[in-house]
Amino acid sequence: MSKPTVVAPDPDHEDFVSNLDTELVLDDGVEEPGQSLTGPDSADLETSGATAAAAAFGTANAQGQWRDIRRRFVRNKLAVIGLIMVLIVIFVALFASLIAPYGPRHQDLFNTESPPSAKHWFGTDEVGRDQFSRVLYGARIALIVGLSSIFLASTIGVLLGSIAGYFGRFWDALIMRICDIFFAFPLLVGAIVIITVVGQGVTPVIIALAVFGWATVARLLRGSILSVRESEYVEAARSLGASRWRIVTRHILPNSFAPVLIYATFSVGTAVIAEAALSYLGVGVKPDVPEWGNMIAAGQGKFDSSPWLSLLPGAAVVFTVLAFVFVGDGLRDALDPKLK
Amino acid sequence: MLKFVVRRMLQMVLVFFGATIILFSALFLFGNPVNNLTGSGHSRPQSVVHELQKKYGLDKPVYVQYYKYVEGLIVRQDLGTSYRQANRQVSKILPEKLANTAKLALFAIIIEIIIGVAAGVISAVFRYSFIDIIVTILTTVTIGVPVFVIGLLLQEVFALQLHWLPYFGLNDGFKSYILPAIALASIDAALVARLTRGTMLEVMRADYVRTATAKGLSRRVVIFKHVLRNSIIPVVTYLGISFGSLLGGALITENVFQLDGIGNALVTAIRANDNPIIMGVVTYGVLVFVVVNLLVDLLYAVLDPRVRLE
Amino acid sequence: MSAHPAHDPWAKQPAAGNDLVGPDLAGPNLVKTSADQPAFTTDPEALLSVEDLRVHFHTDNGIVRAVDGVSWSVRPGETLGIVGESGSGKSVSAMAIMGLVPAPPARFPSGRIMFRGEDLLTASNARLRTLRGKEVSMIFQDPLTALNPVFKIGSQIAEVIRVHESVSRSKAKERAVELLAEVGIPNPRGRAREYPHQFSGGMRQRAMIAMALALDPALLLADEPTTALDVTVQAQIMDLLEELQEQRGTAIVLITHDLGLVASHADRVMVMYAGRVAEYATTDEIYYQPRHAYTLGLLSSLARLDQRRADRLEPIPGSPPSLIRVPPGCPFHPRCAFATQVCRTVIPALVEQDLTGHLASCHHSDLVAAKAEGPEVAEAVKAAAERSTAEGLPMAALAAAAPPPTPLEPAADPVPHAAADEESTS
Repeated sequence: MSKPTVVAPDPDHEDFVSNLDTELVLDDGVEEPGQSLTGPDSADLETSGATAAAAAFGTANAQGQWRDIRRRFVRNKLAVIGLIMVLIVIFVALFASLIAPYGPRHQDLFNTESPPSAKHWFGTDEVGRDQFSRVLYGARIALIVGLSSIFLASTIGVLLGSIAGYFGRFWDALIMRICDIFFAFPLLVGAIVIITVVGQGVTPVIIALAVFGWATVARLLRGSILSVRESEYVEAARSLGASRWRIVTRHILPNSFAPVLIYATFSVGTAVIAEAALSYLGVGVKPDVPEWGNMIAAGQGKFDSSPWLSLLPGAAVVFTVLAFVFVGDGLRDALDPKLK
Repeated sequence: MLKFVVRRMLQMVLVFFGATIILFSALFLFGNPVNNLTGSGHSRPQSVVHELQKKYGLDKPVYVQYYKYVEGLIVRQDLGTSYRQANRQVSKILPEKLANTAKLALFAIIIEIIIGVAAGVISAVFRYSFIDIIVTILTTVTIGVPVFVIGLLLQEVFALQLHWLPYFGLNDGFKSYILPAIALASIDAALVARLTRGTMLEVMRADYVRTATAKGLSRRVVIFKHVLRNSIIPVVTYLGISFGSLLGGALITENVFQLDGIGNALVTAIRANDNPIIMGVVTYGVLVFVVVNLLVDLLYAVLDPRVRLE
Repeated sequence: MSAHPAHDPWAKQPAAGNDLVGPDLAGPNLVKTSADQPAFTTDPEALLSVEDLRVHFHTDNGIVRAVDGVSWSVRPGETLGIVGESGSGKSVSAMAIMGLVPAPPARFPSGRIMFRGEDLLTASNARLRTLRGKEVSMIFQDPLTALNPVFKIGSQIAEVIRVHESVSRSKAKERAVELLAEVGIPNPRGRAREYPHQFSGGMRQRAMIAMALALDPALLLADEPTTALDVTVQAQIMDLLEELQEQRGTAIVLITHDLGLVASHADRVMVMYAGRVAEYATTDEIYYQPRHAYTLGLLSSLARLDQRRADRLEPIPGSPPSLIRVPPGCPFHPRCAFATQVCRTVIPALVEQDLTGHLASCHHSDLVAAKAEGPEVAEAVKAAAERSTAEGLPMAALAAAAPPPTPLEPAADPVPHAAADEESTS
């Protein structure tokens, strides 16, 4: 049983039309290696042999491979839009203090709960704080928590996942059983428990999300290592006498990494939602911090009269999450192992 | 088959103890149970504190406390006594709330299956059509919208503007569950739709689908018998896996709609430092998770004859 | 490259416009300037006749001419072998007959597929459905992926019966069990309740055959039916097909890359290359009087089994062309030892050879003929043909003895192999 991931297989890109040319040219040859009419020295064997050899000898082809991946990514419009959205969020987070028209705690008591206007683009809250400025500052918390928690989770997950995948046996069994235990906690429930112990704040939220996020990464990487370990090019490298270390660093890790990278990208979005949810529930960052979940919770009671108070921070969450989902989608399509 | 069930049961026992030990140590070893019990900030006479500690067993070592917890759970189905709700037993407080959450989750899963699978199937069958584009846009956007934002929007439109459905609470029977269930189901329904569409398209290219067409079956039979039957397998697996996130989502949903479920009970208990309630809710959560996982595994084997339960 | 003269910048001379090559027009060595292959003279006895079929796929990268002006026919009870490399269009031809080529992206710029006087290319979907599985059946290369993994074998066979005949579920299941027995599956009643993954490869293909022949179709399209199977099982499956064919008078179109398989099982052979017909003749003519350089190359590859002659017989170098950029002139010329200037510029027409109905589209069929009659090819081919016609004998020994196993291993056994040695030394 593996943990929920947002990585739903979507085979759009390998449909009949786009792959037709290869499908037809290769026809049934794909399934019958070595059965070309011209015998074993036929061209398709030569090419596949060459690919295996190139892969076995290391990264001679790596540059071209990355170029292909980049090309596929750039060709995907939604991925490029997502990337631009991510850059916008990063820019806003970095320069919030320069862009924001007001300080996050500046109160304009003559203009409380005012609807969006030229002066206050996103309106003001009940103590007259400029919602637009607070939404901009909120990007900081969202990005810091989203990126660091996933970075932390991935680091732990990659470490334990590679131990489980490469050493197998006892370590595999042990680590996978530990993963099972962590899977039993829904992310939010686990995170809340940690926060009650450690206390509220940005760092506790990051730790809480990482503690309940690493298990998926570990399991994903382990599965991917297991399949790569048995692949032909690793066998080829082994038969050519490559060292264990070289096989792991040059072949197994780079080739097992794609699913982790894709998952991590999606997960930044998940973490942003989780962080906002924790704050929304009042257990995330402190209530006075300009943070989207806090703002939504604060605006919720006034939803009927001032819907912008919670809707606009909500839109900021959606924007950020979709940014990472689009990039993740694009990465998945670009890194699709079937095309690699 | 029996061997498989037994092995999975053993694994679950392991998961159960692992999860509760982690939780128990978090709350009672690293946390500050005495402060939680007495309420921090209040200075109380030492004698009162001691008496309370004794009453709730906090004067004993943590492993003894854990043993008591397990013993109580297994022997008497007892989860201890709430710190806050005047001597009420956790096992008396929670079942009613659990039932509410279970109803919410059940509705949500039904919505996920019906809406998610239907949207995915339509999208795949009419690929690249107008309806496919609409479904794709909707599912993509929905994935990015947190439950609490969807909940707010639903409340605004269907409760405050149209007055069709209750704004919050559980006082209107079945109707009370509609909006919360939709909010809770939204993200997973979108994911199910995407997954269904993707698998359907993949399965449609399978050789056995070509065989089915070559037999002279109509397109409808090919799609609904041969394609759907195979596409549903990963969807069922996903639904099982997503059950955990459903519980997490219930936490938020119950908060948005102020439903009296265990999610809300958990949030209240955490704010009030009511350790036994927290312990009780998570215990229920882990038990349900473990059972659902076993059921999904069995269902998986029923749906896919290639899966051998060993 | 466009095969049509109007769009073909490589065709130096205008199209002659002869669609029908009669004996008076087509001498054995007549070089045709037409880019079009002639329409096949309709055989009045044909069960199925494909006439000037073109299947083009419009892709982002260009037009894939998977099948480009191909005509052939098959009579009741006859076996036609369609031979070609990957991407030669042989499978697409068969799929087109079943209406299984998705259109779009496929387009059919020309052609008719006449089955009992009815054009399947223009037939309605509903009409095609009544024919599929009942009049025309198909078996595929990989019986594991061709059977639905989640349904029992018995019910998958019963399904085809129930679609076309109004019989009860239990009757259909009973028929399925009988059919399984007929295709030689032991304990058919028990096996009918099993799933495809519980069957071995050969058993699965037997089940596929049972399903395909359940309603006694007049025509069976067998697309690489033995390619995915072990060599020993291949012979059993082919024997089974032949046996059932004799009992029922089914016409079989045997699509394969394996010239050896065709030699022992087909009455007539069509060799395809890059979506076009290279040569079309009786099996004996293909074997003993090849008139196309490509056929000769295939036969030479076959003969490589005769180890001592291997150095003198060249296999075909290179790989088949991309169907988006088919070479100008004869599509085979980049790989052809006989290629001259004319081959690079003029698409050879399919012309009748020696007034026998033997069709070949080669500018140098006379040179091919001469070479084919030369000692190396003749001996090796003869030996290979003899080996491949020897039936029912175990072939595993040969498969093990001839590394690396090439796909063109004919059905053969060590004993005639020895005979071949004697012949070549005498």
